[in-house]
Amino acid sequence: MKVLVIYAHPAQQHSRVNKALAAVAKDVSDVSFVDLYAIYPRLDLNVDVEQQRLLDHDAIIFQFPLMWYSTPPIIKEWQDLVLEYGFAYGHHGEKLKGKLWLSAVTAGTPESGYGPEGHNRFDLRELLAPLEATANLCKMPYVPPYTLFAALKSENAANLEKHIAGYRLLLEALRDDTFDLDKACAQQLITGDTIKGLIKGKTT
Amino acid sequence: MSGFLFQAFVYLAAAVIAVPIAKRLGLGSVLGYLIAGIVIGPVVGLVGSETQDIQHFAEFGVVMMLFLVGLELEPRQLWGMRNKLLGLGGLQVTGTALAVMGVCMLLGLSWSVALAVGLVLSLSSTAIVLQTLGEKGLMKSDGGQASFSVLLFQDIAVIPMLALVPLLALPELLDALHHGTDGSGHATELSLVEGLVGWQVAGVTVLAIAAVIIGGHFLTRPLFRFIASAELREVFIATALLLVIGIALLMTLVGLSPALGTFLAGVVLANSEYRHELESDIEPFKGLLLGLFFITVGAGINFGILFGDFGTIIGMTLGLMLLKAAVFWCLALAFKLRGSDKWLFTLGLAQAGEFGFVLLSFTVQNGVIPADLSQSLLLVVALSMLLTPLLFIIFDKVILPRLTEDQVREVDEIDTKGAAIIAGTGRFGQIVNRMLRGNGYETIVLDLSAETVDNMAKFGIKTFFGDASRPDLLHAAGIREANLLVVAIDDHERTTEIVKHARMERPDIHIVARARDRIHVYELYNAGANDIIRETFDSAVRAGRSALEAFGIHPYEAEKISTAFQKNDRQILYNLARIYDPDIPVTENAAYIAGVREAGEKERETLTRSRGRNKGAVDRAWLPPGRILDLEE
Ligand SMILES: Cc1cc2nc3c(=O)[nH]c(=O)nc-3n(C[C@H](O)[C@H](O)[C@H](O)COP(=O)(O)O)c2cc1C
Repeated sequence: MKVLVIYAHPAQQHSRVNKALAAVAKDVSDVSFVDLYAIYPRLDLNVDVEQQRLLDHDAIIFQFPLMWYSTPPIIKEWQDLVLEYGFAYGHHGEKLKGKLWLSAVTAGTPESGYGPEGHNRFDLRELLAPLEATANLCKMPYVPPYTLFAALKSENAANLEKHIAGYRLLLEALRDDTFDLDKACAQQLITGDTIKGLIKGKTT
Repeated sequence: MSGFLFQAFVYLAAAVIAVPIAKRLGLGSVLGYLIAGIVIGPVVGLVGSETQDIQHFAEFGVVMMLFLVGLELEPRQLWGMRNKLLGLGGLQVTGTALAVMGVCMLLGLSWSVALAVGLVLSLSSTAIVLQTLGEKGLMKSDGGQASFSVLLFQDIAVIPMLALVPLLALPELLDALHHGTDGSGHATELSLVEGLVGWQVAGVTVLAIAAVIIGGHFLTRPLFRFIASAELREVFIATALLLVIGIALLMTLVGLSPALGTFLAGVVLANSEYRHELESDIEPFKGLLLGLFFITVGAGINFGILFGDFGTIIGMTLGLMLLKAAVFWCLALAFKLRGSDKWLFTLGLAQAGEFGFVLLSFTVQNGVIPADLSQSLLLVVALSMLLTPLLFIIFDKVILPRLTEDQVREVDEIDTKGAAIIAGTGRFGQIVNRMLRGNGYETIVLDLSAETVDNMAKFGIKTFFGDASRPDLLHAAGIREANLLVVAIDDHERTTEIVKHARMERPDIHIVARARDRIHVYELYNAGANDIIRETFDSAVRAGRSALEAFGIHPYEAEKISTAFQKNDRQILYNLARIYDPDIPVTENAAYIAGVREAGEKERETLTRSRGRNKGAVDRAWLPPGRILDLEE
């Protein structure tokens, strides 16, 4: 599969995790990578270019830090402008049908903060429902988000390493068609711990 | 010599004193001139019979006025008016002439005299009406357009009238004339068509008109470009005058109305990029000559005859005005003029005009109207002109207030259509023009360089030649009606002048001005510009942004830095603009120096990538939770 990573981080000078993840995505061969804030620093998205980019790929990965339970603003901008009626949905709008939608999210709060008992009250998958609904309308199979919790905790170093390595595995598996989609879709979230089990021909 | 100076002094002084007072009192300039004339003529007796000669000379103001009117009227518009022109104008002249003739016959005049009187009195005063309409900004209203159509038709109609009048001659008057004048007729004027037969006359006439149209279209442009390249204003003015006078002369030589000829030339030049320049050059001459003309009308009123037969003459005047108003009223109904337009049309034109004077003396010369009757008629014509400003006052003060409520909406709509005037179409103004035009806004672009004007034309961009720092040119370009003025020239002193003048003229207009540097920004701020754009600032900020990106700073961060820089700098500039004092050099203005220092501190602090405490506008954005603590620990 042809894999595209669409990366959005509005303050990369502050970033630790996503910066490392982006380096991985750039490093994996035959995976396309775009930094939305770098090519559109003035938010002037080129809709035609972005649509063509989607057409050229089979798996679309949105990599971003969670901000106020949602995506950074440019991803919303991207959705509003690129996913046009007649292109992504609606009459004659099935151009994205069958392409995978996968979010690669980092969240500052630890996992315990999510879910009905956590102080954030909702679980992460629920909070990202607008993305899931968008994928659904575009007839794009929605892969559970590849997630890192507690992304701001420095004591989380081991987990971070695992997450970064797992990101590489994920991208390569998608590229090589060794990603077990059915198995992945049965899960709530994908993490650095579970990624290995989702790759065909690899044993946990 | 001293006699001439004395006369000039008297006329000018009368105008200078009377006109501003009349305007202040809301009477309009025309009445001011007329009153000035009455004072220096019949009342004080400073001027005498020479007013007759001066009047002939001053009538040239009408010719110039029609040239200016023509300039405002593109050929397409004129063609669009043809129905009004022929219908309204034709019906008015015949209707009024017949009505007056009927009344005269009832009063016992013979039919031929009655017809001549009817023709003389059917004409209205182009000078008074157009001057007043222009002054009140009513030219473009429906009523104004209808009035203009009628006046234009009348100016054309004078020509056949001049041909017709001699046929009405009374034998007994002719005899008297020939005895009295020893046969030395009036035919001492130069003429190109004298002694030619009918078809030759027609041929010469057509040739003359063709010369005006074709010459106006093809020759004026290179001529004006050549003259403009000399960069001598007075030579340009001389050329403009030469043009008008030349055409008037040509028309007279072939026996056509000079007013009509120059009007035609004006229409031909209405599309020219030199139009506004011509307008502002001719305008003052027209104004002075017309003023002079009005003064002579006032001065020429013969109070001796008037008081000798006061009741009759006043009665005739009022009767005439009533009759004319009635005809206009019917026409207004027939041509569906409504509301204030109907009244403007009815009241505005209900006088006899300056061509009446011409025709009257012509009728006397040709033995059509007896001299004593003509004396009374001269008074009637003058009095009706004297009363016209009063009718306009009635229109303003009595009729308009009653109608305004219905008309508010219409006025609103006209408002939104106002154009933008762009001064300067170099690298700066061009961009503004393109952006406005591209979004469907009307622009009027002025430029000082004849070469630029030409080059622009090659790319299909219409530009007018002229120096926008001259108030009269801004006027001609329509600063009174415009919604927006963009001053985009690269001469910074002139820019300030234009802004000052425009602000004085129009406290409400929005002004966007191009500034050269900071000091210029302060000057423009004091001059009253709304948006002041430093010509190189934005591009310099962009260059800085590129430089940051080149150092590996993320483009979005570079964007945030440059935006923060820009905002900060603008704030500083605004603060400094208020401290700035044009009378003290900045290096000696203590408050200013302190302001600059403080601004420098603030820039370092608020601006960008301030390392220590994350106070910088850029570092502050999207700072992850807890990060400040991280740093301080
Ligand atoms: C404006 C803002 C809003 C945030 N909102 C959330 C949030 O709603 N939930 C959460 O778990 N973390 C939130 N965070 C923390 C970020 O998700 C976290 O800083 C990021 O994932 C770390 O990745 P990075 O090192 O690549 O910047 C927020 C951070 C910022 C700056």
